[in-house]
Amino acid sequence: MSAKDRSKEGSMKAITANRLRDGEVVFLGDGGRWVESFAEAALFPRDEADGVLAAAKEKAERERFGVDIYAFEVVEQDGVPVPATMRERIRTAGPTVRTDLGKQAWGKQAWGNQAA
Amino acid sequence: MNHIAPGARAGIYHYDEIDRQFVAERVEQFRKQVDRRLSGELTEEEFKPVRLMNGLYLQLHAYMLRIAVPYGVMSAVQLRKLAEIGRRYDRGYGHFTTRQNLQYNWIKLEDTPAILHELAEVDMHALQTSGNCVRNVTTDPFVGAAKDEVVDGRVYAEILRQWTTMHPEFTYLPRKFKIAISGAESDRAAVRIHDVGLLARRNDKGEPGFSFYVGGGLGRSPFVGKLVREWVAQEDFVAYLEAILRVYNQYGRRDNIYKARIKILVHELGLETFTREVEEEFARLRGPKYRLDPEVVEAIRQHFAPPPFEELPDHSDALERARAADPAFANWLAVNVAEHKAPGYAIATISLKPAGGIPGDATCDQMDLVADLAERHSFGELRVTHVQNLVLAHVKKDELYDLWKRLDDAGLGSANAGLIGDIIACPGLDYCALANARSIPLAQAISARFADPVRQRTIGELGIKISGCINACGHHHVGAIGILGVDKKGTEYYQITVGGDPTLTTAIGDILGPAVTETEAVDAIEAIVDVYLANRRDGAERFVDTLARVGHAPFKERIYAAD
Repeated sequence: MSAKDRSKEGSMKAITANRLRDGEVVFLGDGGRWVESFAEAALFPRDEADGVLAAAKEKAERERFGVDIYAFEVVEQDGVPVPATMRERIRTAGPTVRTDLGKQAWGKQAWGNQAA
Repeated sequence: MNHIAPGARAGIYHYDEIDRQFVAERVEQFRKQVDRRLSGELTEEEFKPVRLMNGLYLQLHAYMLRIAVPYGVMSAVQLRKLAEIGRRYDRGYGHFTTRQNLQYNWIKLEDTPAILHELAEVDMHALQTSGNCVRNVTTDPFVGAAKDEVVDGRVYAEILRQWTTMHPEFTYLPRKFKIAISGAESDRAAVRIHDVGLLARRNDKGEPGFSFYVGGGLGRSPFVGKLVREWVAQEDFVAYLEAILRVYNQYGRRDNIYKARIKILVHELGLETFTREVEEEFARLRGPKYRLDPEVVEAIRQHFAPPPFEELPDHSDALERARAADPAFANWLAVNVAEHKAPGYAIATISLKPAGGIPGDATCDQMDLVADLAERHSFGELRVTHVQNLVLAHVKKDELYDLWKRLDDAGLGSANAGLIGDIIACPGLDYCALANARSIPLAQAISARFADPVRQRTIGELGIKISGCINACGHHHVGAIGILGVDKKGTEYYQITVGGDPTLTTAIGDILGPAVTETEAVDAIEAIVDVYLANRRDGAERFVDTLARVGHAPFKERIYAAD
């Protein structure tokens, strides 16, 4: 189920990290797979997020994949799930002062599901 | 290692084989540490302090690598290398910081050993740019060129680099430790907002030495550095500093990160007790071992010998013709060019603050251009300032017009040094993992609002400084107008302070009133400026002086009138 569909179910959380080898912002997607695009992030009900987060941290460290792993709040805006805070919106897109950089600068095709 | 000597340029310290071997060994150590992290041999908990000791942070979008520019001075060769690294490993630009360093924002961990290897080829590194150690020492960007210089701050900053690097007592301090040195009568290094600030002074006999200010700092608890000793002889420079560091190491708090800086220790012990402890330690240390050997000092001084200035008349006909013919150049000359100690030369500040631009950012093409211009016009060296600009310190007056035209063509010709457009801004929430609010967009909006150079000069000296969180990397506490970004339930707000001062008369600004929204902030700044202009005396009274005379009330009334 996409992020858009799931966020309609209520207050949700997504899980994010920076990829160890290059620092790229990644999100936990369906099936425990890490993806680069927030559009492909899995959303979790608040009461499930802690458990998923703990497992993701353990797995990411074991696989040497990600660092600084945490969950963040997602809200729905105009029918689209978006991070609740400016901080996470900036992480999912890139610097607001350099829209030529970060994920926001990817070509449209780059917003598709990217196995990380 | 393919070593590329930075060149026998004026004002650049030349590494010897010991320096080079040490830096090369550190690169290889870090290469192995990165390998061990990527292979899983080291956990993140184990690796994090190691990467921080090599200047590598994790920020919002990627790793950030902070490169040391020792005392803010570098060669054209070194700047070209920074440009090359920015192109190859980053996104084509770099960010000059208030610590006179350079940061790349899009670094990959796996590339970092190669980057450090390339930096070492030009005697550069990222050591002492992070961690609880003595950080890269900063100094006056006009060093070696200013008319009011008492001693050459580079010599003592270099002595501290050699003294503190790998010094076991200074590598695991309670907290980071920042030292600034001003070798001139004017303070262009903001010495009293540092853990230790050194100000060159002559004693009654005319002998040069240093005043020691201790316990300054911004952040959550801002303090102005207190005068601990009026005059310390140059030969006792290291001994006195070591005495301060020993007292800090012994009594500084390690149980609470918010109370670990020396400013808290000085505050809690009280100046009298702190000074007594330092003096007792100094008395124990003072002696041959800690006395600076004049021969060693002289050898270091030789690295900073004046460049081969030509004997020139102080007046330049070419300059005066250009000044008369080109008003934009005349404006830049009046604002960005300072007097030089050598006749016929001038000090040129290159503003990295174009109207609407990102303070401190320079593209790699701009870095290459400045490197070329440094070679052509300033003996191949340049400086980074703590207000995030660059300086060519030794430019012939005859050549200033050519220099400015080249700069202006590349977007580097803004005439705003020290004016309202010369804004310090930290990276803020656009990049920084610690930030609560964005700093850069506000800086851009303010500099765009006050873009008119005539208006800027009419307003005169007025520093705006913006921080995106209470850590105060944007020095907002000492801005004539300071702006602190705060987060209120997910919305960015900006708290305005007024009356800060980063010079010898250092002062922490006062909060003017409730925080304003991002959209209100630029109007609020303009309202403050309008009130100032309406109240200032003789058309020339400085903002901080008008504020001191009329108080906060007229400013508050204007900004919060509708509340």
